[in-house]
Amino acid sequence: MAEVYRLRTDPEHTAPAVPLTDYQPGGTAVQLEPDEDARLLVPHLGALKRIDISFPKFREGRGYSSARILREAGFTGEIRAVGVLYVDQLSFLVRAGFDAVLPETPIDPAVAERTLTRFPFVYMKATDGLQPVWALREQASA
Amino acid sequence: MYRYDEYDQAIVDARVAEFREQVERRLKNEISEEAFKPLRLMNGLYLQLHAYMLRVAIPYGTLDSRQLRMLAHIARRYDRGYGHFTTRQNIQYNWMKLEEMPDLLADLASVEMHAFQTSGNCIRNISSDQFAAAAADEIADPRPYAELLRQWSTLHPEFSFLPRKFKIAVTGSKIDRAAIKLHDIGLELVQNEAGEIGLKVLVGGGMGRTPMLAHVIREWLPVADYLSYMEAILRVYNRHGRRDNIYKARIKILVNDLGAAEFARQVEEEWALVKPLGLDPPPSELARIAAHFAPPVLDANAPVAIDLSNAEFANWVTVNTHPHKAPGYAIVTISLKAPGEIPGDASADQMDIIADLAQRYAGDEIRVTHAQNLVLPYVRRADLFDIWQVLKAAGLATANLDRASDIISCPGLDYCTLANARSIPIAQKLAVKLAPQEADLGELKIKVSGCINGCGHHHAGHIGILGVDRKGEENYQLLLGGSGAEDATLAKILGPGFDENGIVTAVEKVIDRYKTLRAGPAERFLDTYRRVGAEPFKEAVYG
Repeated sequence: MAEVYRLRTDPEHTAPAVPLTDYQPGGTAVQLEPDEDARLLVPHLGALKRIDISFPKFREGRGYSSARILREAGFTGEIRAVGVLYVDQLSFLVRAGFDAVLPETPIDPAVAERTLTRFPFVYMKATDGLQPVWALREQASA
Repeated sequence: MYRYDEYDQAIVDARVAEFREQVERRLKNEISEEAFKPLRLMNGLYLQLHAYMLRVAIPYGTLDSRQLRMLAHIARRYDRGYGHFTTRQNIQYNWMKLEEMPDLLADLASVEMHAFQTSGNCIRNISSDQFAAAAADEIADPRPYAELLRQWSTLHPEFSFLPRKFKIAVTGSKIDRAAIKLHDIGLELVQNEAGEIGLKVLVGGGMGRTPMLAHVIREWLPVADYLSYMEAILRVYNRHGRRDNIYKARIKILVNDLGAAEFARQVEEEWALVKPLGLDPPPSELARIAAHFAPPVLDANAPVAIDLSNAEFANWVTVNTHPHKAPGYAIVTISLKAPGEIPGDASADQMDIIADLAQRYAGDEIRVTHAQNLVLPYVRRADLFDIWQVLKAAGLATANLDRASDIISCPGLDYCTLANARSIPIAQKLAVKLAPQEADLGELKIKVSGCINGCGHHHAGHIGILGVDRKGEENYQLLLGGSGAEDATLAKILGPGFDENGIVTAVEKVIDRYKTLRAGPAERFLDTYRRVGAEPFKEAVYG
């Protein structure tokens, strides 16, 4: 594994993430596999500081739903994508609610910066608070 | 038709810049082909047998003349002077060079076009009725709903790594020209007693290895909430669709495994959670988009009666035009199926000629059909003769719409890495053989696929042909009785397969038997088959 690429400014919560099956109430870091139901964590979001979500394959896409569900449920701690991930996926990950990535191959920060600022507008609401273009159009015509 | 504003243009321009950088990184070997492959696929770029193939999106199959001229320019500048219109209303170019792709995408962006999500496990181009806004049988124009779906699905952060590709079709008529029952999601505009428009939602249709017809999971969906409902469907699929086997990864398998009622229940449960999140744009956004699709100003005094004394012209009018909403107008289908030619191919010169006709006579619009033909949607009947003459001179006046030589065919083994057998030569041979008697045969839809993935829609063919590999030899299975229309059914295999010449003979035997069995000249092949079943045809072919 390469270094964690983090978009948060708070201190990193370094406790090891335990598998969901071993998770005990009050635990602060947990690892969610693609086939595990993110909603099982909803009662524990107050205690959790970091949730790692696995991407064993590039094609794996369930983690995007998991992250979004956790944000929709109000989680404000770190959601870290862990696994086979490339810099080109960063904007999808961030919009879905991830704010840290631990990829297998290192992320070039310069490319990451360009990737994250590439698209000036977005078409749909997600968890990052960006206004979709339909909202901007609405404001412009008001 | 829809015009980009500053936001749409900025997003497409950013995509070009992004891909330019990705191609540079690849050419400098800063990223591996493995890492690059999904990136190029999301931009519609495949690596085929001989070269790269680029699939350009034609949202809901609608183009204006400026865009069609650009497609012609691309054919000349970057390909070998032609393009191939596909069964999902897109266009493909077969001889692409990776290093030229960024410039090509920039050319497309200059006319408000792109190749977003024309491949990969994401929401693909939204398809629709090629007669939208023109058909006499329509409730409302489906394209504003399709455009809003296009925008919503473009670079969707949650649904860009789905278990498998995802295809949505929208139609505004009970007459189904968009094959909605054979899509992952089919949406049909419906009207209630109060005259309000809503959406009927079908899920889980598809062709390929395991063909299935879609199930209705909601009879009435208010249009104000349809995007959040789509989010709910896609989330249930993204979370629970199978990922262990790509042949079982489409949503149809999930819907079938859960049962349509249980799938619908899970969608409703998810919808209840996501609907309050404010994912649906206000009605003003749909109204803004709909205003773009207002039909051109039509001539209220356009004459209905026209001179049909030229028999060849009169036949073309009968076969290739449809009734229009507006009196004195017609919908023209330009066949890209001249017998012996490659189905769906058009040369750059032909594209330019059609663009000129659209601009001069047809409200500056062209539509692409899933049957790989082109449509001029707003034509004064009084202009038909002039148009026909231009088309005839360009080799585009073949009068065979929905007839035996109007064959849908995938590219097959001549181009495609997935194919097991060639499909184009089969379509060409059949078209040449059957054209002389097609007027007598009436509506007959023949569809040819070169592999089980079924891009040639063989399961929806009145007569379907599926090319397979049998011990290293091309082998062709014969299927009968399919339909992709409002009376959708899946074709069934008749019996053992044939070689290249054998399949042509077998189709001829089926047709000969049909001619002896039909109840009268008005009974289509499909209706005869449905009435008498497979047995008489089995006997004719194998007996």
